Amino acid sequence: MINTFALLLLYQLVGEVLVRALAWPIPGPVIGMALLFLTLLGRGRADAELKQNTGTLLQHLSLLFVPAGAGVMLHIHRVADEWLPITAALLVSTIAGLAVTALVLKALTGKMGNTDEKETP
Amino acid sequence: MNPAPLTETWVYLSTSPLLGLTLTLLAYQLGFWIFRRSGQQAWANPVLIAIFIIALFLWATKIPYIRYFEGAQFVHFLLGPATVALAVPLFAYWKRLKRMALPLVIALLAGSATAAFSAMIVARWLGATPETVYSLAPKSVTTPIAMGVAEQIGGIPSLTAVLVIVTGILGASAFPGLFRLLRIHDHAAQGFAAGLAAHGLGTARAFMFSEEMGAFSALAMGLNGMLTAVILPLLLR
Repeated sequence: MINTFALLLLYQLVGEVLVRALAWPIPGPVIGMALLFLTLLGRGRADAELKQNTGTLLQHLSLLFVPAGAGVMLHIHRVADEWLPITAALLVSTIAGLAVTALVLKALTGKMGNTDEKETP
Repeated sequence: MNPAPLTETWVYLSTSPLLGLTLTLLAYQLGFWIFRRSGQQAWANPVLIAIFIIALFLWATKIPYIRYFEGAQFVHFLLGPATVALAVPLFAYWKRLKRMALPLVIALLAGSATAAFSAMIVARWLGATPETVYSLAPKSVTTPIAMGVAEQIGGIPSLTAVLVIVTGILGASAFPGLFRLLRIHDHAAQGFAAGLAAHGLGTARAFMFSEEMGAFSALAMGLNGMLTAVILPLLLR
């Protein structure tokens, strides 16, 4: 666990330093993810400990959004004043984004003759 | 009981990170328990329940959000290492991802543009203020990216953080039912769409279905994050 955590922090650290040094608009952890991915690709395998520990961390990913979400308290007045446009915009755009992405992907992979699709009536 | 020590205890609790941290974990556990008990119903989203409990608690005790966040930031901080950790499932499904590279890129461009611009158009049409419209634009991507983009294009970063999380909750709750309706059964397509439209919360839900769905979701979340971070400020500034 400590090994995994040290590794993740190290990659995040390198990512944060890189984006600051190069003034990139991308957050450090995303660069850290890309670098760890390239490392794994270079090594050709991920060891069992890393797989298991990152799996555990990712299982609880949604917990990590709770503190920022509670920040809704800071904007309660704006949300109350503009609840209709905000609610409508979020609903429409989320459903549209999901549907467009999945339908485009389905249409394109279908044409390529991808047989992985498990269609059930 | 003498009231003085109790007040002292309260003073300690309301200033130390312990209370905010404990509250966050307990509220989430309770949310997750309700989610499980409901048979994983969409309305019983554990994040939504946890946020509601915390907001209610802070409102009742008059603890300012900033004070709460001093403790909860330890949980918030883990978003960074967790993002890095997404490289592992990404690597596990790399062969499959590579085979689908072109369709994935096209779906990414189509989905990303749809999510950002439909939100702005609907909000503007229904009379939202410009700050709200700009705060909505990056709401499909993960919190740290979205906040940075909002700042650059004239939105309010902390409002964007909330909109991002509500989007994530909506997307994670809606996608299983939506894809049943649209007859999209492929775990790759479902995961990619969930990660694109609902970032980490969509990804968290996708991992509950299969590791494959989670990997495609993680990829979409990362790609849409990078695309949005680069493109939106150029288009909207």
